[in-house]
Amino acid sequence: MSDVEFLMWVRGPGLVMAFAIFVFGLILRLIEVYSLGHKPDLAPAREVTPGSPWRTMFTRSAPADGLLKKAPVLYIGGYIFHLGLFITFFLFIPHIEFLRNAIGIGWPGLPTPVVDFVAVITLLTLVLTLTVRIADPVKRFLSNADDYVGWTLTFLPVLTGWMAYHHFMLPYTWMLAIHIFTVMLLLIALPFGKLGHFFTLFISRWYNGNNFARKGVAS
Amino acid sequence: MSASFERGVDAIRQAIDAPIASYFASCVHCGLCADACLFYTETGDPRYTPINKVEPMKRIWRQEFTLLGRITRLLGLVQPVTDEELAEWSRLTYDACSMCGRCSLVCPVGNDITYMIRKFREGLSLAGHAPPGVIDATRRTIELGSPMGVKLQTLMAQIKRQEAETGLEIPLDKVGADYLALLSSMEIVNYPEYLGALARVFHQAGVSWTLSTDAYEATNSGIQIGQSDLAAKVVQRIVDAAEKLGVKTVISPECGHAFMALRFEGPNLIGRRYKFDVVHILELLDQLRADGRIRFKGRDPRPLTYHDPCQIARRGGVIDPPRRLLGEIAENFQEMHETGKWNWCCGGGGGVSANDRAEELKLKSFKVKKRQLDELEVTTVVTSCANCRITFEEALEHYNMPVEVIGLAEMVADHLDAEEVNND
Repeated sequence: MSDVEFLMWVRGPGLVMAFAIFVFGLILRLIEVYSLGHKPDLAPAREVTPGSPWRTMFTRSAPADGLLKKAPVLYIGGYIFHLGLFITFFLFIPHIEFLRNAIGIGWPGLPTPVVDFVAVITLLTLVLTLTVRIADPVKRFLSNADDYVGWTLTFLPVLTGWMAYHHFMLPYTWMLAIHIFTVMLLLIALPFGKLGHFFTLFISRWYNGNNFARKGVAS
Repeated sequence: MSASFERGVDAIRQAIDAPIASYFASCVHCGLCADACLFYTETGDPRYTPINKVEPMKRIWRQEFTLLGRITRLLGLVQPVTDEELAEWSRLTYDACSMCGRCSLVCPVGNDITYMIRKFREGLSLAGHAPPGVIDATRRTIELGSPMGVKLQTLMAQIKRQEAETGLEIPLDKVGADYLALLSSMEIVNYPEYLGALARVFHQAGVSWTLSTDAYEATNSGIQIGQSDLAAKVVQRIVDAAEKLGVKTVISPECGHAFMALRFEGPNLIGRRYKFDVVHILELLDQLRADGRIRFKGRDPRPLTYHDPCQIARRGGVIDPPRRLLGEIAENFQEMHETGKWNWCCGGGGGVSANDRAEELKLKSFKVKKRQLDELEVTTVVTSCANCRITFEEALEHYNMPVEVIGLAEMVADHLDAEEVNND
């Protein structure tokens, strides 16, 4: 397979297939969660603060009392690489153009040098979080294959995208094809392992916020 | 593979609901819950990381409740949970967890780990892996009505003593009273002055109340061991007594898990709503204060702090009432650094204090409380849970700290303006 053929496959049928698996995975996970059901709470709730579980979906992103000092890399590093992933994926003009062609919707992007800088920061932060995961006794103890595979699948699209943009190591066409291929892998894996937290955390935060609010400890 | 192991695993399967599935699906192994847990912070042992305490439950969820997990299991790529593992986890889930709920409030993806541990214990206890101390306490609760084996005669003797001390009648089985007061075994045996405090407060406030000889004990070992059917029996006993007497409200004593069990788990355990309300004694005292039905005289001059019992504050929402009450009767009240919903547990809740094999770990975990107290240099700790109180007293003795522990209800009673009696 030539570089052009590979590129045509990944950006065409390959990506469509990966996206289909991604959607299937999302729906499957939602069914796996919600089909289990939840018994209604018969204990009368305290004076409910309206919307507390919905607020918890977002307020839980803020550091817990006193923990920012104890886990600065986790919180600050976490904010940086999540925001970095968002910016590099959604605000890089070639990505927006690609999506505009594919689905007909577009939005303004950021200047390319800015996204380039953000990509480097994101990569460095991801390396830092991996280092902490390996060095910290608790994180190392908890970590399994899912954590390391998840990290790799998150890191590779940013790395290969950055390399393709800078025409680094491999010819552009090959690197671009590999870049899209890593995106395919990420899309396929997203809903199934720990990476699925990107959407399941809204469900878990809702339940958590609801449990606490019913007991009078609202967010 | 034993029958009890199968029953245990089955109970774990039954316990996995939509919230638990969302929690397991969301965990990113960030380990932040470890920093929220006194059993980890005071030992540095990563096994005590809260989310690890439910790891076998997570494996059952993944292998049996997810498509990918089922496939990997069919292909023999993963090992099912074994009885040996459940035995090992008993040490983590019972000995090293007081179900204080701090991890649940900290988890950035919103996992209510305490909720999962409570459910996981259902399986562990059915599989025969509950600690002997907690099993004995539960057996005594069911057979004798009290985890400490307190009998009605013991209560009657304490009632007589408190009546003599206060000069007030302590009503028993009074049909049509507004309030039914409950006690914890610890109060009956170690802190009977709580009963006298109720008599004094209710006398001044003109509250119509009673004790019940059918149900005087609120401690629910069934919750701590994780057996809902037994927990339901304890709750049902109280519900029957309250409905027989026709009371409007049942008062939970100064005991954290008793309050949690009766107020929030109870209706779910017996499968229906109550025909009465449940309040914690602090909520009632604060209400009587707000209504002007109790008035105070003098303030305690000692430097003192308040320890929030986890199930009453973080898991029960009673955070402001004790502070408003102390605002009336304490001159030198100081807050600990992390307090209210962020309090640190004393280490004795959730059955830990009934679990002999956890004794050393409990004392070690108390070091977080010791640091909090050392920062303040107070001479007195006020709390509103008899189990916290005994845990404090034992640990303060162990660490040779000259700090006194008192119950808030008792302190309130000691500061009543004796001349004011409300006969409404």
